[in-house]
Amino acid sequence: MKNSKEQENFIRKMKKRHTMIKTCQFLFLFIFLALWEICSDTGLINKFIFASPSSILLSAIDLASDGTLFRHIFVTVFETVIGFTSGTVLGTLIAVILWWNGFISDVSEPYLVVLNSLPKTALAPIIIVWLGNNMKAIIAVALMTSIVVTVLNVLNGFNSADKDEIKLIRSFGGTKKQVLSKVVIPSSMPSFVNALKINVGLSFVGVIVGEFLTSKEGLGYMIVYNSQIFKMQNVMLSVVILCILAGLLYKAIQILENQILKRFGRQVTKFRSDS
Amino acid sequence: MQIVAGVKDISLFYHSVSCETEAIRNLSFDVEDGEFMSIVGPSGCGKSTLLSILSGLLKPTSGKVYIKEGYKTGYMLQKDHLFEWRTIFSNACLGLEIQKKLNDESKDKVHMLLEKYGLKQCESCHPSQLSGGMRQRAALIRTLATQPDILLLDEPFSALDYQTRLSVSEDISRIIRAEKKTAILVTHDISEAIALSDRVIVLSKRPAILKSEFKIDIQSDNHRQSPKFREYFDKIWKELEK
Repeated sequence: MKNSKEQENFIRKMKKRHTMIKTCQFLFLFIFLALWEICSDTGLINKFIFASPSSILLSAIDLASDGTLFRHIFVTVFETVIGFTSGTVLGTLIAVILWWNGFISDVSEPYLVVLNSLPKTALAPIIIVWLGNNMKAIIAVALMTSIVVTVLNVLNGFNSADKDEIKLIRSFGGTKKQVLSKVVIPSSMPSFVNALKINVGLSFVGVIVGEFLTSKEGLGYMIVYNSQIFKMQNVMLSVVILCILAGLLYKAIQILENQILKRFGRQVTKFRSDS
Repeated sequence: MQIVAGVKDISLFYHSVSCETEAIRNLSFDVEDGEFMSIVGPSGCGKSTLLSILSGLLKPTSGKVYIKEGYKTGYMLQKDHLFEWRTIFSNACLGLEIQKKLNDESKDKVHMLLEKYGLKQCESCHPSQLSGGMRQRAALIRTLATQPDILLLDEPFSALDYQTRLSVSEDISRIIRAEKKTAILVTHDISEAIALSDRVIVLSKRPAILKSEFKIDIQSDNHRQSPKFREYFDKIWKELEK
């Protein structure tokens, strides 16, 4: 079917708007980098403490050529992914236990509330003393930062499952386990995805703070070490890489989210029928 | 006629820290085999609670519940509660799946029921692709698939708009009669109760006691078109107002 003229106009307008947004986004970055470069070149800002885009690029090439850069990136990504995954899995398991047993849930409530508001990074030094100066401690810090939020979010999702849907399962003689697997878990998938999104950011915070305090590798280490010897271009480089990694991880979660919501969402699709 | 279900002198109290609520007081009634009985009463009078008691989900504070030995109850709720993450066929199999009775034979039966009641081409659709009436039919098939002998209908049409409601209620009651099931319908809609049932019992507001009972003696299939319909309506209406 051919679109009407008004529809064509509308589509053209929307496309134009989309192009404008993309162009402005790119221009903003370009102008920012250009100004930074010019200012530090002309001495308007101190090149030594502000670095410049070109010096960051040069140090990137330099560090990439001997492979140390990739080593740092790999360590940070590895720690984040492990911390994130274990935080999510353990948090979900705890949420299942708390959903199952209302008594335990009520007993633990004030503790969870306090732990949730507590800045988990405050515990990082303690964990490092306990677990030692190694990657285990960093992963544990990342896990700590994400686990409580996961428990609260997922539990909240579990508890907001429709009472009548639970009654339906019960009316067929379903057990508590069946209520959990047939209704509660599938219907709280959206809040689970929400927990995932929050956790990516939090695990990053945990890993970087952990690396600040201990470790000989990783982007957090790179930031602290280079700031101490005033190699600001390397510090800036680490931050830029962290930005890129955060963007990539967010994108990965978004793809996962689409998959999950496609399967468990309550989206409305168009009616199709043979008749 | 054989009595297949009933309650004798049941009472029910709800407890909360701040108060005790008496929901049902000394209520008794029987249901005969193959009968379609309706329970009407003002909102919040404990009608739905009564169905929960009959299905065994809730225990009365005192009194006896009787279900004929070997008879099973099947529940139908206000909304269809079809799960969006399942297809219509897999939704229809939910009850069997929970009761661990899902096998090739029972699957065939579900296919057959879906075909018989016009949902064959929707088997692999998701609930949001169906109209309200079709969804309610799929929900009934989900209940029927577990082969209950007594159907407990908890205002199953109240979530539908008026027009759909008339046709769907006719549709559902036709299916229930075709499958020769006993049914107990809870509703606050007097005309719906008269149109569908053989007998209507009227409950008072909380605590629910039995106010009166009406045998709907209309011969024609379409109760709504009978001149007696108006009469019954007025009588039940007055009884509720008292």
